[in-house]
Amino acid sequence: MGEHVIKMPDIGEGVAEAELVEWDVAVGAEVREDQILASVMTDKATVEIPAPRDGKIIWLGAEIGEVIAVGAALIRLEVEGEGNVKPGEALADEPAAKAPPKTDPKPTPTTAEPPKPTAAPAAPPAAAPQRAAGEKPIASPAVRKRAMEAGIDLRRVSGSAGAGRITHDDLDAFIHAGGETSNGNSARARNDAVKEIKVVGLRRKIAEQMSRAKSRIPHITYVDEIDVSALEELRARLNKERKDGQAKLTLLPFLMRAMARAMEDQPQMNARFDDDEGVIHQYGGMHMGVAAQTDNGLVVPVVRHVESLSLRDCADELTRLAEAAKAGTATREELSGSTITITSLGAMGGIVTTPVINHPEVAIIGVNKMRVMPVWQDGEFVPRKMMNLSSSFDHRVIDGWDAAVFIQRIKGLLESPATIFIED
Amino acid sequence: MTDLSCKLLVIGAGPGGYVAAIRAGQLGVDTIIVDAANLGGTCLNVGCIPSKAIIHAADEFEKAQHFSKANVLGIKAGKAKIDLAKTVAWKDTIVDKLTSGVGGLLKKNKVQFVSGWASFIDGKTIEVTTDDGTTKIRAEHVCIATGSKATELPHLPFGDHIISSTEALSLQNPPENLAVVGAGYIGLELGIAFAKLGSNVTMVEMADRILPLYDNDLTKPVAKRLKDLGVEVKLGAKATGHDSDGLVVETSGGKTETIPANKILVTVGRRPLTEGWGLENLVVDMDGAHIKIDDKCMTSMSGIYAIGDVTGEPMLAHRAMAQGEMVAEIVAGETRRWDKQVIPAICFTDPEIVSAGLLPDEAKAAGHEIKTAMFPFAANGRSLSMEAADGFVRVVARADNHLVLGLQAVGKGVAELSASFGLAIEMGARLEDIAGTIHAHPTQGEALQEAALRALGHALHI
Repeated sequence: MGEHVIKMPDIGEGVAEAELVEWDVAVGAEVREDQILASVMTDKATVEIPAPRDGKIIWLGAEIGEVIAVGAALIRLEVEGEGNVKPGEALADEPAAKAPPKTDPKPTPTTAEPPKPTAAPAAPPAAAPQRAAGEKPIASPAVRKRAMEAGIDLRRVSGSAGAGRITHDDLDAFIHAGGETSNGNSARARNDAVKEIKVVGLRRKIAEQMSRAKSRIPHITYVDEIDVSALEELRARLNKERKDGQAKLTLLPFLMRAMARAMEDQPQMNARFDDDEGVIHQYGGMHMGVAAQTDNGLVVPVVRHVESLSLRDCADELTRLAEAAKAGTATREELSGSTITITSLGAMGGIVTTPVINHPEVAIIGVNKMRVMPVWQDGEFVPRKMMNLSSSFDHRVIDGWDAAVFIQRIKGLLESPATIFIED
Repeated sequence: MTDLSCKLLVIGAGPGGYVAAIRAGQLGVDTIIVDAANLGGTCLNVGCIPSKAIIHAADEFEKAQHFSKANVLGIKAGKAKIDLAKTVAWKDTIVDKLTSGVGGLLKKNKVQFVSGWASFIDGKTIEVTTDDGTTKIRAEHVCIATGSKATELPHLPFGDHIISSTEALSLQNPPENLAVVGAGYIGLELGIAFAKLGSNVTMVEMADRILPLYDNDLTKPVAKRLKDLGVEVKLGAKATGHDSDGLVVETSGGKTETIPANKILVTVGRRPLTEGWGLENLVVDMDGAHIKIDDKCMTSMSGIYAIGDVTGEPMLAHRAMAQGEMVAEIVAGETRRWDKQVIPAICFTDPEIVSAGLLPDEAKAAGHEIKTAMFPFAANGRSLSMEAADGFVRVVARADNHLVLGLQAVGKGVAELSASFGLAIEMGARLEDIAGTIHAHPTQGEALQEAALRALGHALHI
């Protein structure tokens, strides 16, 4: 019998550390060679760690959410035959998992935050859960009598003792907290539970990205309404003429094409602002990120070079990317490198949103819900299909005037959709 | 007699009524209690207490007989005889002592007792027919505690040799042949007692098992004991009438036969006593045969409460007492609501059965995922050393949080375990609480701790 230590592998590209996002095994589990044991995530990718040989897990070196240095011991396996270390041997010479060496000279909020100590607040013991909502409260007769005389419905008091039993102390706490002094007949229990959810993996990336955008970029949000009646008519006709194998046209390809036209006139919208260096990179290629909701959270697949794509090309590429993002098969390249972003909640789009710019880009276009509205036209109200665009701009580099010009241009194109396709 | 008035009038001086009156008196409520019979109701006069006295005498007599034969303890004694008339007289002294005790307690708490038959004129006025004529009592609050009476079968009307438990407890001689109709707890308690006193006892039960309310595990030791005592049990049989020889039954096979019987004891349950006291003059909602009450024991008429057997099952004295106490406190202005978790029930059969809370099947039917475990007295030192190895203690608990939902036991003397069973459930004990309580050695109570340990997977003595 020997012991085999699996270390955090070198994932390449100068990555010095990775965040543990998932354990696929527990201590005591028998594993086969090549079985996936864990997943770690870097700024660039999520990497699965397989078992190098058959064995039994005897030690796991980190908590989920912890950042582990490359080379640090991650897993110990008990294996047949000789292992790669002496059993039980201390790994003192290994880089400590809890204090990764920093190689990045410019600390950013991304990785500078040390992982939360693993000694998290003690969870209640497994066999002593709080009672579920609607369950009969458990309390001794003396507690029940006190509560009744104080006009307190014990269903509203949480119990700290085993099986959620309400003690005299719980009742005192409830009373001191202002409790209930009425007739005590409500059936609604107060829920004082606090659930601890570790923000790890993609959710943590999203959180960091949002904080960076909101703390660095002074947003200006501009909303205007667009009459999309003509566009909808055109879209319906094109969909009717659609050939087999062609993706169904949504509103997005039209918007992308309109944005491409508008950005020909206003290239400053298709840019990334490196605010550390004080440089704006204006791009020729229009790479449009389209925010998509997946089971794990928000991802932004990117349709590249929209300036060179036809309407149908845009639609096909959008469909392909959305499916890949939902299935989790989108590559790192397909999920990065955008120069401007579109965000749409479709039918959930609401009237107005305040989109957050996908840092370091300088603009984001938000699509709100389309609805039929009465519009005053030629001396009468007529029903028109109306839709708002809520768009945010980096006010450090985009003036309000320019933002308005940009949206008005897109509005004009969408309201007379033929103009989107007219070549000058 | 002059007319009376009071704040609380209690009708019926059984365990529910007299406790209500005593508690009301303690709280300074001006209280009158009315009963046509002796204080103490069914329980003290013709129920719980006298039956336990007769059962005790029967047990002692059987023991004496046992010692007149070869026995493991090596005790040699002469042939035993019993003078049942003397036993019954002794029983009556106990009843007298307890009923006069109740009288003393009422007096001590300044409760006025009016002996007579009460009848409602309206919701606030009661007429009492006493030996000296009639008295009207006006009361702010009335507590109906009229109790219950033995159910009579139309084809077996009480009288002469067809008797209820009341008459059975005052027989001057054990009948040579006794037929018992109904193998519920009352029939079994008395049937076993008379078998020990020398009667040839035959039990007739319509269901396919004795004590149909309990599960097989609990009733098996009793069934075995009945066999040892020579009690014949006819299950699935229906008593259809009687003739000069005895009780006519239709057996489970459909045959009609006559069971020889000098006395036929009918114990097919008890009915709420709702007649003869002017219920028709009230506008009180009923729930089947019993008076409907809310969680304050209030009837559908404001100010009129009902407690005990007249409010239906479980018809148990200790339930009535708890209800009576609560009603008195409510009348005195305190905030009370019925929030009892458990009403333990006991069969004083041989061996005894005690049950508190939910049986395993009931717990499952209530939607709980459960853990159950039993600990046999055969592995309990105290039980072995008192020739009581039959039976067990069983615990029923929620699988998720180990909250104890039910505790049952069958065995000699297990009635006394009802105290800890009730306490455990009322306090919201978990398996760990019982398992973590030191139970004195050597006692039968250790089986309770062991049952809890066993449910947790680490019983020590099995």
